[in-house]
Amino acid sequence: MNFNIYDFTEFVNSIKLWLNSVLPPAAADIAGFVIIGICFLTFIVILGLSLVYIERKVCAFFQQRLGPMRVGFWGTAQTIADIIKLVFKEPLISKGSDKFLFNLAAFIVIIAPFMAIAAIPFAKGLHVLDFDIGLFFITAISSIGVTGILLAGWSSNNKYSLIGAMRSGAQIVSYELSVILSLLTIIVLTGSLQLSVIVESQRDGWWIFKGNIPAIIAFFIFIIASTAESNRGPFDMAEAESELTAGFHTEYSGIKFAFFFLAEYINLFIIAAVGATVFFGGWMPLHIGNFEFFNNVMDFIPPIIWFFGKIAAIIFLIMWFKWTFPRLRIDQLLTLEWKYLLPINLINLLLMALVALSGWHL
Amino acid sequence: MTEQELITNIETVPETQEYFINMGPQHPSTHGVLRLLLTLDGEIIKKVEPHLGYIHRSIEKMCEKDSYQQIVHLTDRMDYLSCHINNEAVCLCVENGLQLEIPERVKVIRTIISELTRLSSHQLWWGVMGMDLGAITTFLYGFRDRELITDIFEETCGARLTMNYNVPGGVMFDIHPNFQKRTKDFITYFRKKLPEYDELLTGNVIFTERTKDIGYLSKEDAISYGVTGPSGRASGFACDVRKRFPYSAYDRVEFKEIIYTEGDCFARYKARIDEMWESMKIIEQLIDNIPEGEHKAKTKAVIKLPEGEYYQRVETARGELGVYIVSDNKKSPYRVKFRSPGFSNLSALDTMARGNKIADLVATMSTLDLVIPDIDR
Repeated sequence: MNFNIYDFTEFVNSIKLWLNSVLPPAAADIAGFVIIGICFLTFIVILGLSLVYIERKVCAFFQQRLGPMRVGFWGTAQTIADIIKLVFKEPLISKGSDKFLFNLAAFIVIIAPFMAIAAIPFAKGLHVLDFDIGLFFITAISSIGVTGILLAGWSSNNKYSLIGAMRSGAQIVSYELSVILSLLTIIVLTGSLQLSVIVESQRDGWWIFKGNIPAIIAFFIFIIASTAESNRGPFDMAEAESELTAGFHTEYSGIKFAFFFLAEYINLFIIAAVGATVFFGGWMPLHIGNFEFFNNVMDFIPPIIWFFGKIAAIIFLIMWFKWTFPRLRIDQLLTLEWKYLLPINLINLLLMALVALSGWHL
Repeated sequence: MTEQELITNIETVPETQEYFINMGPQHPSTHGVLRLLLTLDGEIIKKVEPHLGYIHRSIEKMCEKDSYQQIVHLTDRMDYLSCHINNEAVCLCVENGLQLEIPERVKVIRTIISELTRLSSHQLWWGVMGMDLGAITTFLYGFRDRELITDIFEETCGARLTMNYNVPGGVMFDIHPNFQKRTKDFITYFRKKLPEYDELLTGNVIFTERTKDIGYLSKEDAISYGVTGPSGRASGFACDVRKRFPYSAYDRVEFKEIIYTEGDCFARYKARIDEMWESMKIIEQLIDNIPEGEHKAKTKAVIKLPEGEYYQRVETARGELGVYIVSDNKKSPYRVKFRSPGFSNLSALDTMARGNKIADLVATMSTLDLVIPDIDR
């Protein structure tokens, strides 16, 4: 096995060959699926735990306090302790709730980001699903999550949950438009929905720098809309703890509550990953035209670090929003989308088409 | 169309149904055990019915068996955020009844302590206001600055929340040697920090969108509901007791009565922020000029008020607190009645919130600055 931190293609292929050599073809495929599944499960659990920890620390520093400090070094084991607590908690189901849908909702919410994460290119060759409609797949799959939220609100037999779910439904359906349109603005330049192609097209510079003004506008709209789509503050209408106690997941406890919690953070990761891939070149290092020396230095940093660095920056930005802004009201939220973001987006898309046609981009 | 057709026509129109929600007694934004029965149409509020009594401790009845010195200690459990001012109200009332001559030093100390209390109450309100609107960070900022005032109080009277400093005739102990210095330090510190409040919340687009033209209360309504304090003054009702009926040392200090005419949430917010500036001004005028003298006038061990009725009003952080004592010349009063600002302010909530959304109700309630134990007593 030749492990190369800059290119995982050979490494992945050698594993595949090895599996094929020791197992019959069908079993080798199944073994491959299982290995990928286990890898993703571990990755997602670690991701969820660390994002919760990061959020706590970031929020604490914004609020001039220390955050968790007692469990483990600098409180690093705090989230693990919390998960253990949630696992051992009694799963309460309130009287009069639709038990089947109530249980199903939690799984739908967690399945959506699980599937979406498979299509994300982590580094060169480290990519599970790389097909020609990758970006379309991610946006389509991650919108399944809203079904889970609506079901959770409906089946809880709680009016707060129902209001939260209806808010969330209206919000996610509206903001999805803006997310997709802002991504389309860049697709005009790449000409492909395949994520590996999108990354490859940014070899000589990221689209946010190359794409002229429309790309910058598109990025801002993407950040706003995707924050709204993931139900995070200042758009956390669906939870709005000061209005609706906890919104759609009021009635959930134990591990099912943990599912909602985990799904929120994985969604956050996916948003950041899509944003990084489309606007900031994914795992592609920062390259400036023909500046050879600089490009070589940048190439020296492994792509996986580039990718996670970009994601961390975007996640920090989104957390920054959450811990500084007050929450919008539901009608203001929808006004923002339908009266401002969507028209700007459509015009921006036209503008980008114009830029692409006349070759004003780099 | 015949009548029958009309009826069937009406029945086929899909209707939205009104429904009820119990907001409280356990709810994050009622700030205590207040229960609001909301009638909703979708998210629009049709009616708000406050239900009280979840934290009723019959303080007024308890007063009837306690001596006048003991009554003072019950009042800081009413509006725990302006406890010094509550205590002062009872003390002033008793002193009026006894026709006691109060040393000048006591008057000045009481005024400074009252204004510090007002500041700390408004700081907490500001933090909670932000939290109600979803900006949790403000809560911690408010508490950071409030902590310094609480430290001053701890040094002065030994407690941090239910503080007792006033007694009939004066104050319990003389001020701590550090008091003047620490207070001055705090004022210099907070003069720098208050603009930070504006940066974080006041100038925010989302915040102004959430509060402007929301929870409107007209001047007429404010007067007829008896909405006092910053909430009333934001509707143009000039009701500052400190200006209209000065007590303690308020007659010798310069300060502005903050009056806004908009009557919406933003005006109430601005009124409180401006009041913090005015409070600091008052403290600055007095802190260097505390006259020398006794910290307490001589009173008998058992106070007996002459037969009659006594009323004293003071301006707490939430509005006008009235103390009404009926005495029959015994060592405990015959009847005590508190006119608490929170109760009257809450009564206007229905008028203010009708037709708005749930999120607006939270904002409105937050700008009324309700303290539930003050409402229930």
